[in-house]
Amino acid sequence: MKVRLLDIAHARSGDKGDTANVGVIANRPEWYPLINRELTLARVTRHFDGMITGGVDRFELPNLNALNFLLHGALGGGGTLSLKTDAQGKVYSTALLRMTLDVPDEEARELKLPAA
Amino acid sequence: MTERIVRVASGQGFWGDSLDAPRQQVENGPVDYLMLDYLAEVTMSILQKQKERDPSMGYARDFVGAMESVMNAVTDRGVRVIANAGGVNPPACASAIQALAKKRGKSIKIGVVTGDDLLPRLNELVDKGHALLHMETGEPLETVRDRVLSANAYIGSKPIVEALTRGAQVVITGRSTDTALTMAPIRFEYGWGDTDYDRLAAGIVAGHILECGAQCSGGNCLYDWRNIPDLANVGYPIADAYADGSFVITKHPNTGGRVSVHTVSEQLVYEMGDPHAYITPDVIADFTSIRIEDAGPDRVRVFGIKGYAPTDKLKVSIAYRAGFKAVGTLVYSWPDALEKAQLADRILRERLDRLGLYFDEILTEFVGASATHGALAGPTGPGAPEIQLRVGVRSDDRATVERFTREIAPLVLNGPPSVTGFAGGRPKVEEIVAYWPALIDKTVVKTNVEVVS
Repeated sequence: MKVRLLDIAHARSGDKGDTANVGVIANRPEWYPLINRELTLARVTRHFDGMITGGVDRFELPNLNALNFLLHGALGGGGTLSLKTDAQGKVYSTALLRMTLDVPDEEARELKLPAA
Repeated sequence: MTERIVRVASGQGFWGDSLDAPRQQVENGPVDYLMLDYLAEVTMSILQKQKERDPSMGYARDFVGAMESVMNAVTDRGVRVIANAGGVNPPACASAIQALAKKRGKSIKIGVVTGDDLLPRLNELVDKGHALLHMETGEPLETVRDRVLSANAYIGSKPIVEALTRGAQVVITGRSTDTALTMAPIRFEYGWGDTDYDRLAAGIVAGHILECGAQCSGGNCLYDWRNIPDLANVGYPIADAYADGSFVITKHPNTGGRVSVHTVSEQLVYEMGDPHAYITPDVIADFTSIRIEDAGPDRVRVFGIKGYAPTDKLKVSIAYRAGFKAVGTLVYSWPDALEKAQLADRILRERLDRLGLYFDEILTEFVGASATHGALAGPTGPGAPEIQLRVGVRSDDRATVERFTREIAPLVLNGPPSVTGFAGGRPKVEEIVAYWPALIDKTVVKTNVEVVS
């Protein structure tokens, strides 16, 4: 079953120099293991391919049902140097939430995931 | 017996935040401390420029209005205020507050924290071998030394605690960390020592939650945003801190917004780096240790936080002149709005090339199509109602940027059709003041506390 990340998680992003961080949080604790499994470093790196010039770091925060991603080279130089509308990376959060996940039907039913 | 609580209210998340929030925080219910955060990364350089023009300036002037609105709470009800409103001139800020108190016939004790300003010592420090390497690029400060506008060490909770110990009712700092403004009063009240790392870290986490004002109490919250009640009357957050380091985030009754595990979690991950090591001058907080649970309507309990010994460095916020930039925009309408905007961009770039203008960077965005989400946004069809063409340039040479600003307007008459949105006139050239984060040995920075009344 296709599941929109937007329907099972929320997120907030911010900046540190030329790096944007995206913290993504499962809407329900029981959905965190799925998000943790699906949002691999490789998958998120691929997702932002062409949007950022540097690499991605990934951190797990099971205590908050959250993952934190650092997107390096995401802000056109960052801060006041940046010419971008989103110079402070405020909406990289929703850019990540555009991701769609493929979840086995049975698991999706058990977790009561909303279908895309 | 009721357990002791220290109540810290957040009344300002940045310079430019709600003017009325400080007053509401002291009037809508009981609080012990009012914490006001005014400083963002580039604020110091703006303040430095103001101080150069007028030596009695260089602090966040909104703070004077805030103090006026909470003065009675301070003098009559014992609410104490902690603010980094001093900017690059805490003594001048204190004088302004003294003058205000005098005008109102009140007397207040003001604690003034200084010593964070490294600008007067910068050459000496560099000459002594403090390279102040850029924390991201590794470049030495030497490369921009002659363009530096301000240099301030981020200082921690200790000088604020000293000011409170000496009876200050209002504590004014320069570049103290945002989180110290919340942690210091809690630590002061409970007498936490320098190696009480878990509890100091808990105070830092409380500070991180509070430092952006209403961004933890329903503001800018994505989760269930449609149903967050009455944001027009949003309640700013309050931390009820306990002696064991645990605390409850809440807000005053009869205010809008929401405090929930979801709203607080969003703020916890905001601007997060490595969650295992949130480094501050006082302690390293481990955000992976934070426990968070629902504790009733608009109440969230936070506990279990672990902290570790701090490093022997302080972060330094340096601002330097980094050239000029300008951003021009035009709006193209249906039909084929994006195609028209793309053609205008090609024409503009060809004209800039013919003029022989060289830019360090030129960036075109199509707002409404792909400006913030790039290719992830998917295709924009010919039916889009309008698209904004947004072109930005950056150069060390002001004249080059100035020349660019004159090439936008002509497109209205000599470019693609159905164009509007030029009422603002020619784009403004802006001098860029950029941020240079570095580290310096803690032993180099000597803070000073003065209590005046």
